[in-house]
Amino acid sequence: MNYIPNILFAIALIAGIGYFAKNVKKLIRNIKLGHDVDVSDNKSQRWKNMAMIALGQSKMVRRPIAGFLHVIVYVGFVIINIEVLEIIIDGLFGTHRVFSSIGSLYGVLIGSFEILAALVFISVVIFWLRRNVIKLQRFWKAEMTSWPKNDGNFILYFEMVLMTLFLVMNATDISFQEMNSGNIISQYIAPIFSGLSEGTIHIIERAAWWMHILGVLVFLNYLYFSKHLHILLAFPNTYYGKTRPKGQFDNLEAVTKEVKMMMDPNVDPFAAPPEGAENAVPAKFGASDVQDLSWVSLLNAYTCTECGRCTSECPANQTGKKLSPRKIMMDTRDRLEEVGKNIDANKGEFKPDGKQLLDDYITREELWACTSCNACVEACPVSIDPLSIILDMRRYLVMEQSAAPTELNNMMTNIENNGAPWPYNQMDRLNWKNE
Amino acid sequence: MSELLKVPTMAEFMAQGKQPEVLFWVGCAGSFDDRAKKITKAFVKLLNKSNVEFAVLGTEESCTGDPAKRAGNEFLFQMQAVTNIEVMNAYEVKKIVTACPHCFNTIKNEYPELGGKYEVMHHTQFLKTLLDEGRLTIEGGQFKGKRITFHDPCYLGRANNVYEAPRDLIRKLEAELIEMKNCRRNGLCCGAGGAQMFKEPEKGNKDVNVERTEQALDVKPQIIAAGCPFCNTMMTDGVKAKEKESDVAVMDIAELIANAQDL
Ligand code: SF4
Ligand code: SF4
Repeated sequence: MNYIPNILFAIALIAGIGYFAKNVKKLIRNIKLGHDVDVSDNKSQRWKNMAMIALGQSKMVRRPIAGFLHVIVYVGFVIINIEVLEIIIDGLFGTHRVFSSIGSLYGVLIGSFEILAALVFISVVIFWLRRNVIKLQRFWKAEMTSWPKNDGNFILYFEMVLMTLFLVMNATDISFQEMNSGNIISQYIAPIFSGLSEGTIHIIERAAWWMHILGVLVFLNYLYFSKHLHILLAFPNTYYGKTRPKGQFDNLEAVTKEVKMMMDPNVDPFAAPPEGAENAVPAKFGASDVQDLSWVSLLNAYTCTECGRCTSECPANQTGKKLSPRKIMMDTRDRLEEVGKNIDANKGEFKPDGKQLLDDYITREELWACTSCNACVEACPVSIDPLSIILDMRRYLVMEQSAAPTELNNMMTNIENNGAPWPYNQMDRLNWKNE
Repeated sequence: MSELLKVPTMAEFMAQGKQPEVLFWVGCAGSFDDRAKKITKAFVKLLNKSNVEFAVLGTEESCTGDPAKRAGNEFLFQMQAVTNIEVMNAYEVKKIVTACPHCFNTIKNEYPELGGKYEVMHHTQFLKTLLDEGRLTIEGGQFKGKRITFHDPCYLGRANNVYEAPRDLIRKLEAELIEMKNCRRNGLCCGAGGAQMFKEPEKGNKDVNVERTEQALDVKPQIIAAGCPFCNTMMTDGVKAKEKESDVAVMDIAELIANAQDL
């Protein structure tokens, strides 16, 4: 018996999964660069969100066409992966279609895989047409050039090729075709090869088999570099997504402490701070770089599918402003990757590189254009919250740099001096009653 | 104005050793902005008519801090919040109603953590309750059969999932409620939120309020109903920009109900 294929297969499998695991570790490390937030509340609501939004795709189908196609691709991909299990066993132990021993159920199983594979193929072609021929506006915004644009198409090509290989592998499997059960789609592909010798057909079958599984492994490793990472991260992301009312922004705890101290007449402002107190006060308020964001925001960034539903609903973007919530997420991920690479290159320590998320990626003009309307949050099919990043960065601009637009500074001075955003006297607050 | 408005303050109630049923949080726009003051008065008329024992803080009220917080000034926000909470807790306030969705959102969601726990209602919710309890009757009056479209305020709708109370009230006017292309959770912002009200917009090809007004005008309403003083301003400006002010009025729900009964 020749064990070389088994050994080659095992090596490919270990290399494929090993490299992926290495990148997952990096991913988790990068996400943990964000500051901690308490997400231990509302557990049942969180599980429900994950079940409904990630597993149940409830928000995807709000746009019926894209939603329907996406459900097909999603269900197809999940279910066809059962077949990958068989391929792995066959590959490692040199068996052939090891599950076929379960009898007629096998035919039903493979038959449904074939139907799904065909449907996935068709859906993916339609997706490609929407992107490249119909040119849906949201796929052609300013941030969707170069890599993001190619990435979107590469994924579609990958899926087309994998589905084709799966069907060709079945079509050229002579014993499987002879079984004539489960070859619902492949029986129509088989005649294409009928003129070839049995040996050639066998070689094609083997080639398709190998390319399919190697393709799956390559695709797995492609995820980390792609927006396709959402197929995994959508689950944790919908779990950790915001459960409070959308209008509720967090109250900065560090500020609460200082405000309480300022308002408390018993506190001596000149007293020496207690031991270790300086560690309790954060180095800065708000965010100018990715490390200042919460880890949930960083998870958000890796999860973003770049679908642009947020941007297409954004009032600022709709009226031609530079702000695009999708770009906020993409910039955050790009910068986070850059910081991660910096850490890798410097033996686990981040070495300041003279860059930051603010200005080098996200401009002030974008940040100040936001109306905090939550349309982006509502639109996102995977519970991403671009608004919280925008707010954290505004906080940095205002509290660390006093760099708000002049009119906003006037508004805030008014609030400070007379308790209203306009220059009216607080003592006149009830004048309307007699006017 | 013919009859006098009854607007007691919390201090007056306190002096009599009494508690009002509800605190009416007027808000900065409702107190100072000429257009919004009309909304405030319309709402007070309805409260008076329904014999609701309410009180205002008057000169003891101060900005909730919403625009400061959305602009990024967490310090100023929390200073405002803590000051307001101290005042309200001293009066043992339990229930608050406000005609401003920004005040509504801030007090309802962001004050509790800072020590201010109250039941907070938007005025449309409060009016709906009065209606359900039979304390307020709504007649169509001059609005019977009129085409009215409702603009969802972001901080009432998406931010807090209140979509139906204002609509129920409009239907009670026996008016024809028509929906814009973007409504309820898909409602388009008027452009005022996130402290935009107080600054010039960034460079673009259109103003958000004009975009939203165009959506409203598309459904050919006679009245654009609003539930927020800032939306009201933005939509009014939008209607002016489209030179439609003689055909389309922008009115708050409280004004619609008060006007319907010639209050
Ligand atoms: S919250 Fe800001 S970024 Fe999000 S849709 Fe509204 S304006 Fe755009
Ligand atoms: S944030 Fe959400 S809606 Fe926006 S592009 Fe990313 S996945 Fe799509």
